[in-house]
Parts: sequence; structure tokens; C-alpha cells
Amino acid sequence: MLQAIILVLAQTVVLLAVSPFIVGLIRKVKARLQLRRGATVFQPYRDLAKLFRKQPVVSTTTSWIFSATPYLLFATTLAAGLLVPVFASKTPLSFAGNIIALVYLLALGTFFLILAGLDAGSAFGGMGSSREAIVASLTEPAMILSIFAIALTAGSTNLSTIVHKTALLEGVAIDPSPHLMALAALFIVAIAETGRVPVDNPATHLELTMIHEAMILEYSGRYLALVEWASGLKLLVFLTLIANVFAPWGIATTGEPAAFGIGLATYLVKVSGLAVLIAVLESMFAKLRLFRVTDLLGVAFILALLGLVFFYVLRG
Amino acid sequence: MAILLLLVLLSYAAGLLLPLCIPARPKIQNLMAHGLAALAGIGGSCLGIAGLLAPDPLTTSVPSTLPLLTFAVRLDALSSFFLLTISLVSLAASIYAVGYVTELYGRVSIALLGSLYNGFLLSMTLVVLADNGFFFLIVWELMSLFSYLLVVTEHEKSDVRYAGLFYLIMTHVGTAFIMLTFLIFFQAGGSFSFEAFRHPEQALPEGMRTLAFLLALIGFGAKAGIVPLHVWLPYAHPAAPSHISALMSGVMIKTAIYALIRVYFDFFGGQFPWWWGFTVLAIGAFSALLGVMYALMEHDLKSLLAYHSVENIGIILLGIGAGMIFQTYGLVEFAALGLIAGLYHTLNHAVFKALLFLGAGSLLYATHTRNMEEYGGLLRRMPWTGACFLIGAVSIAALPPTNGFVSEWLVFQSLFLSFHLPSLFLKLILPLAAAMLALTGVLALACFAKAFGISFLALPRSTHARHAAEVPPTMRAGMALLALACIVLGLAPMVIVPLLDRVVAPFANASIESKVLALDGWALAPVNTDFSSLSTPVLALLLVALSLLALGLVAAFGGMVRVRHYKTWGCGINLTPRMEYTATGFVQPIKRVFSTIYQPTVKLETEFLEESRYFAKRRRFEFHIEPLFQKYLYDPVVAGFTTIADQLRVIQAGSLHLYLAYIFVTLIVLLLVAV
Repeated sequence: MLQAIILVLAQTVVLLAVSPFIVGLIRKVKARLQLRRGATVFQPYRDLAKLFRKQPVVSTTTSWIFSATPYLLFATTLAAGLLVPVFASKTPLSFAGNIIALVYLLALGTFFLILAGLDAGSAFGGMGSSREAIVASLTEPAMILSIFAIALTAGSTNLSTIVHKTALLEGVAIDPSPHLMALAALFIVAIAETGRVPVDNPATHLELTMIHEAMILEYSGRYLALVEWASGLKLLVFLTLIANVFAPWGIATTGEPAAFGIGLATYLVKVSGLAVLIAVLESMFAKLRLFRVTDLLGVAFILALLGLVFFYVLRG
Repeated sequence: MAILLLLVLLSYAAGLLLPLCIPARPKIQNLMAHGLAALAGIGGSCLGIAGLLAPDPLTTSVPSTLPLLTFAVRLDALSSFFLLTISLVSLAASIYAVGYVTELYGRVSIALLGSLYNGFLLSMTLVVLADNGFFFLIVWELMSLFSYLLVVTEHEKSDVRYAGLFYLIMTHVGTAFIMLTFLIFFQAGGSFSFEAFRHPEQALPEGMRTLAFLLALIGFGAKAGIVPLHVWLPYAHPAAPSHISALMSGVMIKTAIYALIRVYFDFFGGQFPWWWGFTVLAIGAFSALLGVMYALMEHDLKSLLAYHSVENIGIILLGIGAGMIFQTYGLVEFAALGLIAGLYHTLNHAVFKALLFLGAGSLLYATHTRNMEEYGGLLRRMPWTGACFLIGAVSIAALPPTNGFVSEWLVFQSLFLSFHLPSLFLKLILPLAAAMLALTGVLALACFAKAFGISFLALPRSTHARHAAEVPPTMRAGMALLALACIVLGLAPMVIVPLLDRVVAPFANASIESKVLALDGWALAPVNTDFSSLSTPVLALLLVALSLLALGLVAAFGGMVRVRHYKTWGCGINLTPRMEYTATGFVQPIKRVFSTIYQPTVKLETEFLEESRYFAKRRRFEFHIEPLFQKYLYDPVVAGFTTIADQLRVIQAGSLHLYLAYIFVTLIVLLLVAV
């Protein structure tokens, strides 16, 4: 029991501490690829610290939804993060919800963020909310199917079980093609869900092309800090999911302190690697028009479906 | 228990008769009718729980003078569950109605409304209790007629009359199919008692069984509102007064689910080929998806909710269909899980849909309009209604930790367990259904973000909304009761699921009671702990704890800096409601992406200034969604009927002699046939 509590707390601290770093790392790599020096990878920490100290301005039009949403969004994203194995394959809270619960926890945050976007009454917020709604709708089927393709291999939808079994190479498919297709599908889903290029541009300054940024346009001060931190966390949760479900090697499968140390180190390497990959991809592609996003997510859906078909056909 | 049952029925009967017999002021009649209904609701809830826990079903019957008909009543676990669902919602609706009908004083006879209301509840209760086919048909028909009369409460409006007529025709077409179903069973068993209907596999040839399956699906499906028989639902449910809408959408359509389970699992004894389950599953998937899609385009709040009933019936059928498929292949534990998922969603949908309809009724009460585009800013003016509606919205969007999430999660589990099936086709179809369910879920999220966001947030969009005030306490109490139920049902699946197992166990021939709980009852882990687990109380605690953590972080890093309140930046001019996003604008991207289904037609007329083509004086924008089913399925049928009727008019000359001749000829023909 005590060990479980310590593990949960450690996981909370790791997620909270690493997420701004990932955001900073992506920005840094992108800057280098554009031949700029860029701010240090620790800039997001400074941004957060400054935002927490600034006076927030809240519109007189808004209701309690607007002020409560950042806290709820932060809580749902972090709760989702606690369901995913991070540096140890046996997450104590994994029993509280399987991968479907994780998807729906994130959806709860999105729901309130959409409401908050509408609350201030400005057209930009509504525009962001409306677009977020369609992007979320299109990602969901692909996400569920790719999750199912993964769950089939491990014979479980519980993340701890999936990661643990894969790490110990139990029941892993001899032919990796279903896994790879599900991986590709989930990667596209992750990019769409976390608002990265080519679906959305987190660095945009043009309101008319914004999705996520338009929704949170009215936030400032501590509210903005929480929302920003939560989006960093969401990105990290997806990267963790991809890293540990598809390549869990190095993760602590036993309860020894040394194993935890190795697990944490490999985890940091894996998510940093994925962050660099995202930065490279973002530098290579331009943002898609909103109505072309459908095609990209359609590809993700088909990939996930093919992964499923391959799984059954290969296994007979 | 028998006495309690008698009291419940008597209470409804008193509510049916007393308001009509005792002349009194509307206020007294209002209290009398709805008070009696509420009492019966409490009694019915207790009876439902008692029936669920009882080891044996309660049966009584009163013989009648008519042949084949006995007023037989049987309260088994399935009936008890549906009785509980009906009673719980009717209790809340009755409390709510006390406040709600005050608005109708003087316009409508309260005595008649209250009396019909009790009659409707009585007939609905008897539908789930009836143990005789003949009796069932009578109370089923009474239920339809009472609800029709309630739909046309405000019959001075022509669209209400149209809705009523549409409903009346559809429900009777459905009843005709149900009669045929029962006649097939009657032919096999020789009696109308449900006992004789059970297990007709010895007596019925294969073809007749298939026919009975299809007839029941169409007959009960018309009442449940499955696609494509759903077209009446978005007309009829919104036309009724809101507490009636809540009952029709929340529980009346569930009687069809009850009957389907009764027929497929009880009468047929769970013996059916795989394609029966597949058909139910496919209808469920399409109903869910199309229901939510049409709901998204609806800006009349009550019609939107009515379309969501189509969606949720679809989700229920997904669970039941998966259960039927597993049953065919003898995977009885998974079959039990699918049925439990469907039944859980039945209860949950009854609770949150009734809550949302009561919420919509409160908005109608406060603003006198159903058009969402005229709401706005209502959360500040009606905080209680807003909070209750939000809980309902979160539940119907299946977000944790509410009840809608738990049952949808269970449906997902039963679809995911498809990898145990032997057929490759079904192994692929069930996950595809899960993907459709995922799309449905997230579209429902979008739809309720729209419904809540446009109605309750930002600035009021009309004078009605600006002057809206919170509704009276009884209405708030009715909503609060259901909101509480949403949360309790969401947090306590570990108690509910074993209860549902008692309902399902006799039909699936398997009890999974010992296999649904993990970790000392803290988590739900259906059938296989390794495969999946869920604990909504832990998730809820986690969310609370982490929200507090966020507050702590804010305090630690910045201290609680005082918030400055200021108006929203409107690009240099003051913000007006016209700058806000509208409901139409909100769903525009969805309309465009799914244009194949919506077939939207857009009309834009612009009137320019005479001086210049570059300045518009007026613009008029119109858009329509093509009602595909009505256009391609119903309109041809109606047109055909009208043509035939026109031609048959020739024989209806209005002359008495001619009619006498008809009778004479018929008599001769009959005699010749008899010879």
C-alpha cells in the first residue's frame, strides 16, 4: 500500500516535471532546424512561473464554467496520465480505468474546454470550440480501433497489463505488421489530439487558423498557466502511451529501486526521441486546411482497421 | 409485495379518476393528480427493488369474461427492473409537473391533463407486468392512446396536431406487427398466456420463427424509434408538455426494449441463429450514429433531445445485439455481459434523458421558446437548472464518472470481447461497431457542448433570455432528483451490475455475479479481470484530489492573485450577442464533413446597394438538411396510399342503396365461399 502511494506520487511528479521540458525540447529542435538558436529547453518552466504570478483577467460575460475549466482540465489530463505506465509497468492506479477510460477522461477535459471557449462570447473562442469538436470527432474512431488492435495482441485493455506483457515479450505477435499499423494510426491520432502540425499549429499567431489556441484565447494568468501545463501533459501522455505500449523495453517490471532508475532513464530517452521526431515532422510539413484533416484521419482509421484485419488473418 | 403492487395500481387509478370526478380549482387538481402519481412512483420504485431481490416471481391473475383473455400479472426480475425504471422517472416527473403545469392553467384543463397523465403511467406499468398476450396488447394500445392524447395537449397549434397524427399512425402500424407476432406464438402454443409463448421451438417451423423475429423487430422497433422507423419521434416527443416528453423519451420507448428482450430471450429462450443478433447489432449501430448526426443539426432543444433518444436506443441495441451473438455461439457469460450493458444503459438513458427533457422544459418555462438560438447566458440567470442540465449533458456524452460513461464502457467491453467468436466476419464487425459507437459518443459530446454552450453560456441572445428567471422549487426538485441519480448510478456500478445480473441470469443461463468485481468490490472487471477494469469512485476521487492539487500549485507558485474582471475584447467595439457563435455556426464543420449524409442545400440571397455592387444591403441565408428517410421511404408510401384512396373513392358514392347492394353482394359471396 505504502509503495503504491509512493509510486503514484512519483509518477505525478515525473509527469508534471517532464511535460514542460518536452514542449521546450520540441521548440528548441524546431528552432535549430530553422537555423535559429531558439530559447533554452527550460523556457516553458519560466513561462509557467511567470504566468502563475500574473494577474488574470476574466471576462464579465463568463460564468463559473470559465474559471473552473482550467482546474478540471488539469485534473483530467493528469488523471489520464496516472493510468498509463510511465517508468514502472505496474501502475498502482491502472485498475481504476483501462484505455477506454483514459480516452474518455481526456474527452471530459475537451468537453469543458469547448464550453469555456464559448463562454466569453467572442467569435474566436466559438470558432476554436467548433473546430475542436470536429477534429475530436474524427480522431475517436481511429483511436478506438488502433487501441483495439493493440489490446488484441496483449489480450487486455488494461494498460499495465499490455505494457507488462509486451515488456516481458509474452504473447507478442511474431509478425509485427498489425502492431506497426496500429502504431502509425495512433501516432496520427496523437498529433491530431494534441493539436500539432499538420492538424493545428500551436505557435500560430493568426486567429483565423487557430483551433486549440483560439479556444483558450481569453485565458490569462494562472488560468492560462494551468491550461498550458495541461496541454503539455496531454502531449506527454500520448507520447508515453506510444513509447511504452509499442516499445516498453527498459521499463521497470520489478519492484527494485535500480529497476526504477533504469526505467526512468529509458523513459526520458524514449519520450525525448519521440519529441524530436515530432519536431522534425512539424518542420517538414505545412498545416493542413481544416477540411483536409478528414483525409489524414481517414488514413489513420484505415490503418487501424488494416492492423485488425492483419492480426486475424495472420493468426488464422 | 402483492399488497404494494395493488396500492401502486390503485394510486394510479385514483389519479386517473379523481381529478375528473371531483370538481375543484386547477391548483387542487394539479396537486391531487401529480401527488397520487408521485406516491405511486415511490411505491413502484420500492416494488421494483423488492422484485429484483425476490427469489421467485410474483404472479396473480384475474379471469375475465372474454375468451383467451385473463388479466394476468407477473413480476419477475426483468419486469421489476423496468418497473423500477418507470417509477423512478415518473416520481421525478410528477414532482416537476406540480410546478410546470401552473403555466398551463386556464389554457388546458388540468383535471384532464392530470388524469391522462396517471392513465399513461398506469398503462405503462401494466405493459411491463402483463403476463398474457391479449392483456399486453390492450395495455400497450392504451399506453399509445394515452400518450397520443397527451401529445396533442396543445392541440390549437397545427404542428402539434400533425405530430400527433404522425405518431398515431406509426404506433398503430407498430401495434399491427406486434399483433401478428403474438398470433404466430398463439398458433404454436394455443393460448395467449406468456407461459404458452415460451419455448415455441418445438412447435414453430424455422420460417415462422424468422418471421416472428422480424415482425417483433419492426413492431417494437417502431415504438423504440430505431432507424428507419424513427421519423415520428422527433415530431411527437417535443410536441407534448415537457414532463410528458421526459416520460415518453425516457421510459415509454424502453417498454419496447423490454418487449424485445422478453420475446427474444424469454419466449425464444435464447435460441436463435447468429444473424438475428447481427441484425439487431447493425440496426443499433446505424440508429446510434444517424440519431446523433440528425440531433447535431437540430436547434430546437426538444427535437435535439428526441433525436438523441434514437441514438441511445441504438446504443442499447448494440449491447443487446452483442449479447445475442454471444448467446448463439454459447459464450453465455459474454452474452450476459452484453445484456447487462444494454439494460444498464436503458436505466441510465431513462434517467439522464428525462433530466434533460425536464431541463429543456424549464428553459421553455422561463423563456417561452424552444429555439436554442434565442437562449444564451442562462447559467447566470438559472444556476440550478444550468447545473442539473450540465450533469445530464455530461452523462449523455458518456463522460466519466457519470452513469452514461459506465454503461457505454460496458458496451465497449462486450464488443471488444468479440475476439472469442469463431467467425472471422463477426470478429471484424463487432470492433467496427465499436468504432461507430466511438464516433457516436464523441458526436454526442459535440452536440451537448453545443446545446449547453449555446443555451447557457455567453451573452443572452434575445429579450426572452435576458429576462429569464430561475424556475419554481418543485421543478428544481424534480431535476435535482434525477441529477443525483445520474451521479449515484455512475459511482455505484459495483452495486448495480450484480443486481442486473439477477435479471439477466435466467435468460443467458449464466450468472456472472462472481466475475464482475475486483479488488474487494472497488473495481468493475467484467468476466475477466485481466482484460479490463474500471473504478468510477476511484476516478472521481482522483479528479477531486488532482483539482485540489491544481489549486495548491496555483497557491504555491503565484499566490492567489486577485482576478480583474473586464469585458471581452471585441476587436475595438463592444461585444454584442450577434458576434457570438451560433448553434448553426458551431456545427457547420460537421455538416460539411458529413455532407453525404446530410445532403445540405444552402440558399444565399444578397441584395446590393444601388450605388455599388460591393456593398450588400441585406443578406438572407437559408439552409436545409434533406430528410432522407422521409423523402425516399415515407413519402412514396404516403403517395401510394393517397393514390389508392383516390381511386377507391369511386365506390364511396354516399348512396344508401349502393351500400345495401355492397352488403348483399358480400353476403352472397360469403355464402358461396362457405358452400
